[in-house]
Amino acid sequence: MAMRDNPILRVTAKILFAPIIVFGLYVQFHGDYGPGGGFQAGVIIAAAFILHALIFGLEAGRRLVPGWANLAMLAGGVIVYGAVGVAGMMLDGLFLDYNVLSYDASKGQHYGIILVEFGVGLTVTGVMLALFHAFAGFAEAHYRPGAAGGAAGGAAGGADDGEGV
Amino acid sequence: MTIVQVIANLPALVVVIPLLLSPIVALTPVAGLAWVLAVLGTGGALFCAVLLQGAVTGGAGFSYFLGNWPPPWGIEFVVDPVSAFTVLVMAALAFVATLFARGALPAEIAEGDAGKAYSAWLLACGGLSGLVLTGDAFNLFVFLEISALSSVILIALGAGRDRRALIAGYNYLIIGAVGATFYVIGVGFIYAVTGSLNMADLAVRIPEVAETNVVRIGFGFMMAGLLVKAAIFPVHVWLPAAYAFAPSAVSALLAAIATKASLYIIARVMFGVFAGVPDLAAFTAEFILIPLALAGIFLGTILAIYENDIKKLLAFSSVAQIGYIALGFGVATTAGLAAGFVHIGNHALIKGGLFLAVGCYAVALGRRVNLGQMAGLGRRMPITTTAFLICGLSLIGLPLTAGFISKLYLVRALLEAEMIMVMLLVMGSSALSVVYLWKIVEVLWTPGEGETPVRQAPVRETPALYLPLWIIAIANIWFGVAPAPLVDAATRAAMYLTGGM
Repeated sequence: MAMRDNPILRVTAKILFAPIIVFGLYVQFHGDYGPGGGFQAGVIIAAAFILHALIFGLEAGRRLVPGWANLAMLAGGVIVYGAVGVAGMMLDGLFLDYNVLSYDASKGQHYGIILVEFGVGLTVTGVMLALFHAFAGFAEAHYRPGAAGGAAGGAAGGADDGEGV
Repeated sequence: MTIVQVIANLPALVVVIPLLLSPIVALTPVAGLAWVLAVLGTGGALFCAVLLQGAVTGGAGFSYFLGNWPPPWGIEFVVDPVSAFTVLVMAALAFVATLFARGALPAEIAEGDAGKAYSAWLLACGGLSGLVLTGDAFNLFVFLEISALSSVILIALGAGRDRRALIAGYNYLIIGAVGATFYVIGVGFIYAVTGSLNMADLAVRIPEVAETNVVRIGFGFMMAGLLVKAAIFPVHVWLPAAYAFAPSAVSALLAAIATKASLYIIARVMFGVFAGVPDLAAFTAEFILIPLALAGIFLGTILAIYENDIKKLLAFSSVAQIGYIALGFGVATTAGLAAGFVHIGNHALIKGGLFLAVGCYAVALGRRVNLGQMAGLGRRMPITTTAFLICGLSLIGLPLTAGFISKLYLVRALLEAEMIMVMLLVMGSSALSVVYLWKIVEVLWTPGEGETPVRQAPVRETPALYLPLWIIAIANIWFGVAPAPLVDAATRAAMYLTGGM
């Protein structure tokens, strides 16, 4: 019996999905005041999507976050981070100098750290999902009875040679 | 960005341009465009590196505060004669290897991987430049990881044609990670007693606690890790397979710049960070670096003589050549360090050129080449083979080539330090390297057994492949005839290190 056929798992996953993401966003945007930040938030948000894929199957997970979206998150986060640094240079400061981002140094620090953490969160979410899909896709392709062997789905989505769990 | 802003941020730009183009390349769907971005990235870094080298010709260095946080709290990039020289060598070779990659890389990896390969390529270039420029011991570890992980991807790309590249990449991943871990454990020990991670600050604080075992243990761990990363005998085991099974363009890139960065760090740690504990550095140089370097020189050369796979042969030769650089550092005088830095530049040219030539052969024949398959290639691919020969002669140190200058300065440094025995061994090993080079040359110009004239028809040589190769071949002669710029820069670097940080 697949996990999605179990009503308890299905309902729990549906109830938890949104709150996990909201908590992730809280950790993300609270990072500059208290414990938290992009790394932790990225992992939490990715956990919501991984839970979804665990319960409803890998295919559903791939439909929710396709390979290209994953790649965009991975690379986009780094670009956001770097862009903040380059913006510092363009505003006559040094690389990653947040002071020059606003008329007020403390406000500039604030903007800088929020944007940088946003980039970190985006990349970490992407990396977690890419890792999950790569490994789960590998297991799916190689260890399911009757499944044809083949290359595992890569970070970018890769081979779709299974129909879910 | 205005010119003023570019000038003010040169040290950061050397690293940031490749690093930031990397994710953009990852999102680029067209392989051709990805290559153009890679050329722009490495070219931009080279441009900045040239300007940086110009800025330090006076012999003084300056530093760049990342995020405008002053050291020792913030991370600084240090631009001095040592780092500017090393970054320039690396950026130049990375640029030429990138030019070469367009024709060679797609032929040696799985179809469709070429575009994304440049993402890892740029990451490796940026990471290695950062490794050299950073003035922060822990930040160095981060760059070590960036460059190592992207190198693993690049090596494993060879699996598109030869699955053994996966094992080679995995070995490098594990052994490299152990090396990096040792380094960071060492940094941890040093941090525990000094409370600082900034290299310049450490150089001031370490003498205060020099007589503690913690400092000795920390130094030992750092050096052990760096020796692994620099592939010095006997911890070179990851190198031959990694260079042999990586795509040729990647072999050229890694051989030319990756181990050089680690060797630079060894010099920096021994003579910069631990300058205040001279007996520690002197002991390491005399009883660890010199014996290991000599063992590596002979073992690498002898293994190369018996090796039949051309890329593995060159990789073993790299182990020997790294030995020469380490030997120069082991002499620990200004002349010795200068010889080491000269050879960092020259070996990058030599081995980069040789691997590019092997890449040309591999593309032309459409498969991995061992010596047997190269029979008669000298007649069929004269343009490539002539360049190969120039780089090869430079490798054994024929006068009028760059390699000769390296040997000359190394021998002179050894004579000045009155290490006659070591000098004789160096001369002997040079003679031995003639053996494996001659083995290749002989094969190149003898027709294979039972070869019909049809099979000996000339192979079409594309300029996209042989032009980058010839740039390096000409540089090999150029720096053999007019070595002054390179030698001056290397000597400045050595004087800067021995004169304190």
